[in-house]
Amino acid sequence: MNQLLATGRKLLGTGREYESRIDREQSPARMLLVPILSVMTGSMATSTLPLVAGTPLLPPFGLLILLAWRLMRPGMWPAWIGLPLGLFDDLYNGQPFGSSAFVWSLCMIAIELLDLRGVWRDHLRDWLIASVLIMVALLAGLGITELAYQAPEASIIVPQIFVSILFYPLAVRLCAHLDGWRLAT
Amino acid sequence: MAPPRHRRPGFSRRAQYSLFVTYVLAIAGAIVAGILLLISIADPTGFAALRAGAAEVTAPVARGFHAIRRSIAGIGENTSAYLDAASQNAALKRQVAANQTKLIQADALRVENRELKILLNLQQEEADNVVAIGNLVSSTASSSRRIAILSVGSSDGVAVGYPVRAARGLIGRVIETSPTTAKILLLSDAENVIPVIRVPDGLPALASGLGDGTIMIRPVDLGVNNFKRGQVVTTSGSGGLYPPNIPFATVVRKTNDGALARPIASPASSEHVMVLRPYQQAAKQVLDTALEALPKSESAE
Repeated sequence: MNQLLATGRKLLGTGREYESRIDREQSPARMLLVPILSVMTGSMATSTLPLVAGTPLLPPFGLLILLAWRLMRPGMWPAWIGLPLGLFDDLYNGQPFGSSAFVWSLCMIAIELLDLRGVWRDHLRDWLIASVLIMVALLAGLGITELAYQAPEASIIVPQIFVSILFYPLAVRLCAHLDGWRLAT
Repeated sequence: MAPPRHRRPGFSRRAQYSLFVTYVLAIAGAIVAGILLLISIADPTGFAALRAGAAEVTAPVARGFHAIRRSIAGIGENTSAYLDAASQNAALKRQVAANQTKLIQADALRVENRELKILLNLQQEEADNVVAIGNLVSSTASSSRRIAILSVGSSDGVAVGYPVRAARGLIGRVIETSPTTAKILLLSDAENVIPVIRVPDGLPALASGLGDGTIMIRPVDLGVNNFKRGQVVTTSGSGGLYPPNIPFATVVRKTNDGALARPIASPASSEHVMVLRPYQQAAKQVLDTALEALPKSESAE
């Protein structure tokens, strides 16, 4: 029983204040789950905020957080992570089901391909990559809606594209803070 | 930052293969997602059950946020009402005076209307068509579809296709339900095409959303386009879904083939909305009860 509790505490990373601070390992559950849960929370955020918008307005928070983690920590996730997280996003985004799963998968593959070109990268270059991907993802979302339903003209998502691009550094900031907490021993 | 070095996992075959497998899985995942997407385009209601479950998860949080927003919005409103009290009082008095005559005219019209109906032997029962009353708690604000989430669902009798209105005017119709939430396709969605009439002269037209909060109104008769700013359109009741005479939109400006209008009831500011029974169904219900009331012997013959 005691051993079970100890394992649980180790997994959750709680109640370790009185242990030695030297040679500790970070909690594996927190390390693995924090990025995933943050993306899922981002997906749920847009359909939880008390805002009945007459026009596409809010940035796709799930996608922003996904791109931030992926560009900040290459190799943390396998390349197929876009599929499960995209499917979860599809539950909430109001687009035809599978739309985010498809677009996010393609985004992850695109970043893998970009990583093949081993050029030096900094925050601005990551922001540029994210901006292009956000723009393509939003336009693709509109195009997919158009396949299934009557869709509005492309010009109405231009403000949303700009807002999303400007939100990206904020998402990186958030992810960096979460990263620090996630890897803390 | 130096280029990421995870690309080459070293000389270990196992590591190389597992990296390769993740790439294969990523591409397979994209293909699977593409297939799912095609299925959902072919059958848009196919994944409704999944989404209904998901909506139930976030609904309590959304309701909580909605309550907070309402109380915060209330603070601003109350304060400004207090500050403006004097000028508002004067304006309201003027308005009351202006409305008095209109009210009397309306009363006269109502009496006349009733007499005309009696004359025509037309019996109109005001069937109780309100199914449920709820709040719009949130929306899919990052999607290009305009869908709002309503705080009542199928357990309150809400079903797909039911029209939704606020006190001021039409809001939209129900497209998905779960036990305690429903998704409302708002008027401003491009998918929502609604038969309307212009109020003073009854000019029939079709309205469809533009996706940015405005509505395009196109007259059914292609001819002289004489829409003017400030004209009001209401639902016409044709098509059998939306009940007639629900205030719909006011014309903002004339365009080449119709008019650009703005919905009268803003979904963002509507406190409570009512889910109604589809118009034809309500009419059919009246007819059915009338048929049942007939003596059995006559219906048997």
